[in-house]
Amino acid sequence: MTKSTRGFSRRHAVALIGGTLGTLAAPSIGRAQAPSAIKIGYAISKTGPNAGGANTSTLPNYQLWVREVNAAGGINLSGAGRRVPIEVVEYDDRSTSEECVRAIERLINQDRVDFILPPWGTGLNLAVGPVFNRAGHPHLAVTSVTDRAPELARRWPNSFWFLGTSSQGGTAIADLLGSLAREGKIGRTVAMASSSDQFGIELSTAARAAFQRAGLTLAYDQAYPLGSQDMQPIVAAAMRANPDAFVAFSYPPDTLGLTEQARLQGFNPKVFYTAVGTAFPLFKQRFNVNAEGVMGIGGWNASSPALQDYLRRHVAAIGREPDRWASPVTFASLQVLQQAIERAGRLDRAAVIQQIQSGTFATVVGDLKLENNILNKNWWVGQWQDGEFHGIAPTTMEGARAPIVPKPAWRAAQ
Amino acid sequence: MTQAAFARAAAGCAALAGAASLPLFGDGYHMALAINIANYTVLATAWALFSGPTRYISLCTVAFFGIGAYTVAVLGELMAWPLVLAVAGAIGVALALVVGLSTLRLSGIYFVIFSFGLAELVRQLVTWFEVNVSRSVGRYVFLDVTQQAIYLQLVALAAVVFLVAWAIRRSRLGLALRIIGDDETVAQHCGIDAARAKLALFAVSALFMTLAGAIMAPRWTYIDPVIAFNPVMSFQVVIMALLGGPGRLFGPLLGVVPLAFLFDILSAQFPNHATLVLGLVFMAIVYALPDGVAGMLARRRRAGAAS
Repeated sequence: MTKSTRGFSRRHAVALIGGTLGTLAAPSIGRAQAPSAIKIGYAISKTGPNAGGANTSTLPNYQLWVREVNAAGGINLSGAGRRVPIEVVEYDDRSTSEECVRAIERLINQDRVDFILPPWGTGLNLAVGPVFNRAGHPHLAVTSVTDRAPELARRWPNSFWFLGTSSQGGTAIADLLGSLAREGKIGRTVAMASSSDQFGIELSTAARAAFQRAGLTLAYDQAYPLGSQDMQPIVAAAMRANPDAFVAFSYPPDTLGLTEQARLQGFNPKVFYTAVGTAFPLFKQRFNVNAEGVMGIGGWNASSPALQDYLRRHVAAIGREPDRWASPVTFASLQVLQQAIERAGRLDRAAVIQQIQSGTFATVVGDLKLENNILNKNWWVGQWQDGEFHGIAPTTMEGARAPIVPKPAWRAAQ
Repeated sequence: MTQAAFARAAAGCAALAGAASLPLFGDGYHMALAINIANYTVLATAWALFSGPTRYISLCTVAFFGIGAYTVAVLGELMAWPLVLAVAGAIGVALALVVGLSTLRLSGIYFVIFSFGLAELVRQLVTWFEVNVSRSVGRYVFLDVTQQAIYLQLVALAAVVFLVAWAIRRSRLGLALRIIGDDETVAQHCGIDAARAKLALFAVSALFMTLAGAIMAPRWTYIDPVIAFNPVMSFQVVIMALLGGPGRLFGPLLGVVPLAFLFDILSAQFPNHATLVLGLVFMAIVYALPDGVAGMLARRRRAGAAS
């Protein structure tokens, strides 16, 4: 709850601006010829368990994007012969599937918005998938990582999957550890903990197979319930296995808990990896110098001028830094949407879907092209190095850094 | 009296026909709202079926609802739809019997806490099973069931719930339960097997909740234990039933309809502080309508007759 109320006034202001624009906008007479505003709606988790993630990776990017597009005069519609500003309609899905489905139906049928931005999280995106599909709206399912993405993309040709599949994520860290072991930088013993939800299980299943292929031994392999508070027993048990690498497919609260416990208990494997949340600015604030050397899911090419600029704009507009995994990709997905609308030249959703399917787009994460509706070029492993979360794997990504191994030992809290 | 009963039955049939014809003229959003109302009508009425007469506040609605949803997720693509519903119902009833046998001897606050714990227990069991046996926690429900079909099934289920509730109220079981609700000790002295009566009703109530979950499952495409066993649903059902008045047949409905609209209006108008406003509304309701809408209407009617 506290997370969701933070930054409330700013969101409120955006909604207010959106609302004011809405009342100023003339009724939709002859909208097809010259719309006075492009109505964009979204339902996002402002309350409930998803609020933390939504408020880190998704909502700030929506706000930043709308602000920047409107500051530039809007989205360029060649069909209308001018730029048309965005008007926002936003709802709280309260982190529940049913609420989210209803909010999306409301956006489609009551508010009659032109485009809908997706909710946060795999579960909610899948819940609203059929609704987007039925209504023929493009569905930018950014913050959803699932192995079923290729199948879903076939089922719903209007859906686009920007963060890849979980198997890719599990395999990436396992391959990295495998090559480190071959180079003799670490031994072959790995301890793995995973959150027992779909994400944790898909990643750990893929990783388990990849560890075996790479000739690594799993000395500890434990799932823990989603929402576990006490990470002490897991860290203690992993420590007893005396591994060279510790890998946790965790969520933000457990990521913080595991790292804190590892520091307290002096658990210093050569590689320490926690998944979601490691790339959050919060992680660096919380652990400060102790973040150094910690690996996590995500990463970015910090030397890219486009991302440096994005970081600066994000801080200026939102007042805090973006996370280094889903945030830039979320913003890129919005740039894709904007360019697809501009290439279509009019508010024709079928044409926009076609543009997204086939086009190449210039975004903050570089030139972006979807293959069969899926973005396959993604950072999967990042590492905190000198206060920045650099992407280190897959090494084929532009700007991939060499990993720092072994991780420096934890220092006493400051 | 018979004439009045006939009129009431005719009104009920007309209302049912009206509800069933909604898909003919509503758009997707109206359907979503109607599905929400129908779902909560089934849940709140089923809840009141047991909790109304016995006065046991149960917080395990979602345990049964979630089991229904999960049964569909597991069996949906393997069996014919009616068979899936039958299996779901059977599992729900079996669980209710097992749980009821061991816990309906509890009363008051102990039962409330236990029932809340039950929902969590079921969720953890399902999670454990999925993690360790099926190695996959999220399940996909790709059934081509339209919104209209979901809605009509829910309306039909609601009609059955009302019929069953009506029949039970007029039966010996209903009388026994009312006595238990007033004073369990007295009931036992009258020779009523309180445990058995409560158990029977608990199972019937659970059956309907499970079926509601099964019918709703295809709507969400993706189900995991957090989504299927969301505790908010249990609380919402209690609030709706209490607002309407759990002691009367149509009481819960009188709570479901206004609250469903209220939730919807609040989330549409106050996306940033819907929960806060909701809390204030609940407080106002408790102060203004301590015995529910149905109770208030009955009091009005009595006052009107007296004057």
